[in-house]
Amino acid sequence: MPEMSFPLDAQPGVFIPLSGVPRLALPIDEVRVSAGFPSPAADYADNRLDINEYLIRNPVSTFFFSVEGDSMQGAEIFDGDILVVDKSIRPRHGQIVVAFVDGERLVKRLYQRGGRVALLAENPNYPPLEIRDGMELLIWGVVTGKFKNFGA
Amino acid sequence: MAAFALVDCNNFYASCEKLFNPKLKNTPIVVLSNNDGCVVARSAEAKALGIPMGVPWFKIQQEAKRHGIVAFSSNYALYADMSNRVVEILSSFSPNIEVYSIDESFLDLSGFERSGYHAYGIDIRQRVADWLGLAVCVGIGPSKTLAKLANHCAKKKLAGETGVCDFTSISPAERLALFERIEVGEVWGVGRKIAARLASMGITTVRQLHDADAETLRCRFSVVLERTVRELRGVSCLDLVEVIPDKQQIMSSRSFGTLIYERAELEEAVASYIARAAEKLRAQDALAGALQVYIRTNIFKPEVPQYQRAMTIPLTEASADTRVLTQWGVRLLRRIYRPGYGYHKAGITLMEIVPRTNQQFSLFAPTGQVSGRNDTLMTTLDSINRKYGRGALRLAAEGVTKSWQMRRENLSPRYTTEWESIARVWAR
Repeated sequence: MPEMSFPLDAQPGVFIPLSGVPRLALPIDEVRVSAGFPSPAADYADNRLDINEYLIRNPVSTFFFSVEGDSMQGAEIFDGDILVVDKSIRPRHGQIVVAFVDGERLVKRLYQRGGRVALLAENPNYPPLEIRDGMELLIWGVVTGKFKNFGA
Repeated sequence: MAAFALVDCNNFYASCEKLFNPKLKNTPIVVLSNNDGCVVARSAEAKALGIPMGVPWFKIQQEAKRHGIVAFSSNYALYADMSNRVVEILSSFSPNIEVYSIDESFLDLSGFERSGYHAYGIDIRQRVADWLGLAVCVGIGPSKTLAKLANHCAKKKLAGETGVCDFTSISPAERLALFERIEVGEVWGVGRKIAARLASMGITTVRQLHDADAETLRCRFSVVLERTVRELRGVSCLDLVEVIPDKQQIMSSRSFGTLIYERAELEEAVASYIARAAEKLRAQDALAGALQVYIRTNIFKPEVPQYQRAMTIPLTEASADTRVLTQWGVRLLRRIYRPGYGYHKAGITLMEIVPRTNQQFSLFAPTGQVSGRNDTLMTTLDSINRKYGRGALRLAAEGVTKSWQMRRENLSPRYTTEWESIARVWAR
């Protein structure tokens, strides 16, 4: 805050401008300014795009995982991508999921038809992982998107 | 009629650890307190092995190894984030919620009885499990004390195995029969001391406390215990505490990972504690009027020379400026520091906290001219640290190496709060 006291030699009734005028910042939407032509875009004002909104439907139940490996290339999931995983979605046949199988975290496509449960890769070099009795399987969450920062 | 629910996460810290680590599925695990001192949380498997709560880790380390128990340092960043997620989900079940601790919340369920409270409790439990993979127990009753007791019943499976216990839906006779089987110490607000005194009066079960003469209890104990008895009888005396009042004191203290002998290192520790506390102070838009610094040696090692000392100063002008507080903190420390001792713990307390709007300027201190710019600087400091992580920007007084920092040797990654720490999934 700048000095606020008046100089001692100020004459009564004479206003001397302060050397450092205190400034007051006002949020712009609270100040009505009518000068010149109204902006032609004013009627179209909208919220700026938000990537969270694009990728995340349910923030409370959404978690991120990073990908290591190339077995999901066919589904456009590459090494180093970050997956958006929503735990609130009930996993269904055909969805890409994060699964815990026998102590490992995997990303796979869930196959669930006619009593057969398997986790499929999206790369011909990786065979399907058949889930048999006695195996530990937890479908942790459904992958709803992915993103990557190129660090440019 | 009033109805409250107490929702409590089962083995919360241990469950958070297991959530992201598939290798731990059936592994007994424990979580240790600061400096990896004592067991503060146990998974179901560790409980089944008889690992007691609060036991010093070094005492059971050998035994734990034999049983294959895995120990974790407290990963507060993870637990806090998961706790906030739980609270967010619970908030969708009731507009009135009291966050009682990191893993417990009271919900006011009045007005939600249409589908039946028990069914509502099942819904709560199911949603937390589906959305977060965490198990909770729900206790429901016409008072907070009964909700807490119902939660105990749900957890110990004394009334069904659904993980939900609703006292409003079981008959009074059934409820009393249940109370006969529960020790009085399980009642909310009845600690070990009170339980012992009650026992000397012949009151050992919840049923006996329920039947006791409230008037007598008020005279022999306190109005608090009388209220507990009324609550046990279904009369709601305690409302939800929804707004946490601003703190009157902010403390920041830690035990060190290793003993500290040098004053310079203690100064760094004190400066860091002040930085953390001042940030909290600014977050509640307040100023501190006094500052205390204390140091002490390890009181659990009577064989080494002991020393402890605390000193408080009132500030000429209340402040939330890390630099001002640090200056005073270091000055205080220099006054109380004695060489030749191995210090085990240091701490600081900000006291006489007042809202910034009530600021009383000092009559004598040079004031006014720079305080506006200070605020801007501190705001910038806080926002940089919020963005780049705690301590990204700090006073040099805090030091760089921080050799005094607490021991957290078994810390799991901050899976949900740090990009570098998110869990990896295999695409193979």
